[in-house]
Amino acid sequence: MPTKLLIGLDGESSGERALNHAKRLAGLIGDCEIVVAYVIEWSPFTFQTAEENAKRHQRREEELNLARTRVVDPAVKQLIDEGYVASGVVKHGDVAETLNKIAVKCGAEQIVVGRSSEGGFTQRLFGSSTGNLVMHASMPVTVVG
Amino acid sequence: MKHPSKLWLGAALAAVAANPVFAQEAMSLDEKVNQTFAAFTGPFVSLIFAPFPGTSFPWIVMWLVVAATVFTLYFGFVQFRFFRHAIQLVKGDYSDPDDAGEVSHFQALATALSGTVGLGNIAGVAVAVGIGGPGATFWMILAGLLGMASKFTECTLGVKYRNEYPDGTVSGGPMYYISKGFGELGLPGGKFLAVLFSVFCILGALGGGNMFQANQAHAQISGIVGDYPGWITGIIFAGVVFAVIVGGIKSIANVTEKVVPFMGILYVGAALVILLINYDKIGWAFGQIFAGAFTGLGVAGGMVGALIQGFKRAAFSNEAGVGSAAIAHSAVRTNEPITEGFVSLLEPLIDTVVICTMTALVITISQQMIIDPATGNYVLNEAGTGVATVNDVSGVALTSAAFATGLSWFPYILAIAVILFAFSTMISWSYYGLKAWTYLFGEGQTTELVFKVIFCVFIVIGAAASLGPVIDFSDAAIFAMAVVNIFALYFLMKLVKAELHSYASRLQSGEISKFSD
Repeated sequence: MPTKLLIGLDGESSGERALNHAKRLAGLIGDCEIVVAYVIEWSPFTFQTAEENAKRHQRREEELNLARTRVVDPAVKQLIDEGYVASGVVKHGDVAETLNKIAVKCGAEQIVVGRSSEGGFTQRLFGSSTGNLVMHASMPVTVVG
Repeated sequence: MKHPSKLWLGAALAAVAANPVFAQEAMSLDEKVNQTFAAFTGPFVSLIFAPFPGTSFPWIVMWLVVAATVFTLYFGFVQFRFFRHAIQLVKGDYSDPDDAGEVSHFQALATALSGTVGLGNIAGVAVAVGIGGPGATFWMILAGLLGMASKFTECTLGVKYRNEYPDGTVSGGPMYYISKGFGELGLPGGKFLAVLFSVFCILGALGGGNMFQANQAHAQISGIVGDYPGWITGIIFAGVVFAVIVGGIKSIANVTEKVVPFMGILYVGAALVILLINYDKIGWAFGQIFAGAFTGLGVAGGMVGALIQGFKRAAFSNEAGVGSAAIAHSAVRTNEPITEGFVSLLEPLIDTVVICTMTALVITISQQMIIDPATGNYVLNEAGTGVATVNDVSGVALTSAAFATGLSWFPYILAIAVILFAFSTMISWSYYGLKAWTYLFGEGQTTELVFKVIFCVFIVIGAAASLGPVIDFSDAAIFAMAVVNIFALYFLMKLVKAELHSYASRLQSGEISKFSD
């Protein structure tokens, strides 16, 4: 049974740093699988127009497809090419909560994420996704600066 | 639902008349349009709003209330039996986590509510209580509770028979469930009824969902900044609506969709504050509501007068049975159409039982309506048509005055709320109208653009002129939707019952269970 590491990507350079750190960890651990995750921020409790609702399924498919082709699949391919065991997952939801759920579901030993690139008022008011993950995660979290 | 109060119309007319130059120009145009419309639409309007002989009770209101009662009995008081389950569905307890990112039950409900909560809850209730006294509130609540079953029926069918296209978009509503449902049952005339419904829906969208909103928004704005030509408001509103529905400027719609619920919460919050300040009068106010419901407390028409006003307001406010909500609710992602039916039954509860009642309570407690200390009955106004008020105000002005007794700054917030509610209702109805339009003329960018442009043109007309017959006709069209829709629902309700039995037994057996467990 390989040790699993969950890497949260955000499509930014911080995600890249998290990925590089995970590679180093995987190298040290040996028998290790890297699960690359991308969470599209979404809440079931937002307000939308009727037209947005009617097109929501289509938009969701587009969002999933974009996340897979632009972020997750290239990362997984790169890892496999470099000799690592890797898989990818894309989900909608609250970033911190969903990353934790994915980690619990796949039995990850640790979550590795980059330092948050969010800023401004929202972060001050509600905290960053990284901060929330660190506070609520069910397993150790490594935040790569 | 936003039904034109004649008082508001009068206020808008007065505003136009106050500007002599504009009044002169507008009158000639108005007269022409009014005459043309009145000639063509008068009989139709009279038919829809015709009272029962010897009464002032419009048959269309009875049509809606009887239907709501039939659905309540037929589905065994579904609104009470599945109320808790409806809340659990909205909370997402039964939503598959793998469906995250799809339209949630909450989102479908919130979208439908933004189309119904609005001026009807603010101005309409004041009209009802102003004419029928506090007792109207009792009948309004009763009609609201019954209307929950109508919503349940139509919204379940809306999801069950929606069209899902290869690109993932969906279209649903009465026109789809009538034609498909009748076909499934082997009944004739489904296509005809669906087309008829669509025609009424387009007319209702352009009128009650558009012109009336623009008209009231202008009346509200000119009430604050002073009189000015309505076409200016119309052009601004049309420009913003155009940017949203044609230009796809989602940010405006997003802001509105976020601000409108906030306004709704603020409105209920303010009402609660006033009720808390006057907590010692709440018992008295409920006493007035119950006493007025059965005695009338001196209002015109007595108990029947109160009943008519209460029923009328609830029916006009929550649109239960009209079929519009079925269009909005059909976008939800679920394998069980009936779950959206359960969720939708919360709509009349929030719209009528909670928000309308809040307005009615505040008006009653504020004692803006004059009571004869000797008899305890309400004093009638000079015309004898309604209850006399402290500053001789009615409609939204009465609501505003009632809130001002507790929170002096609230009328300003109310003015902003009215404008935003009008805007969000226009956006909602532009979609309902569009769906009916595409049902008749087919989906396609050009076809859709034609409707959207027509919709925006009607905003300018609605704000610029006080076209009584046009607005009356548009409202008649909205209730004509209910005639077609409810007629069809009587045939289709057995399909909903089959769904209800199947779902209830699977829920009981545990086959359907919470995902969060």
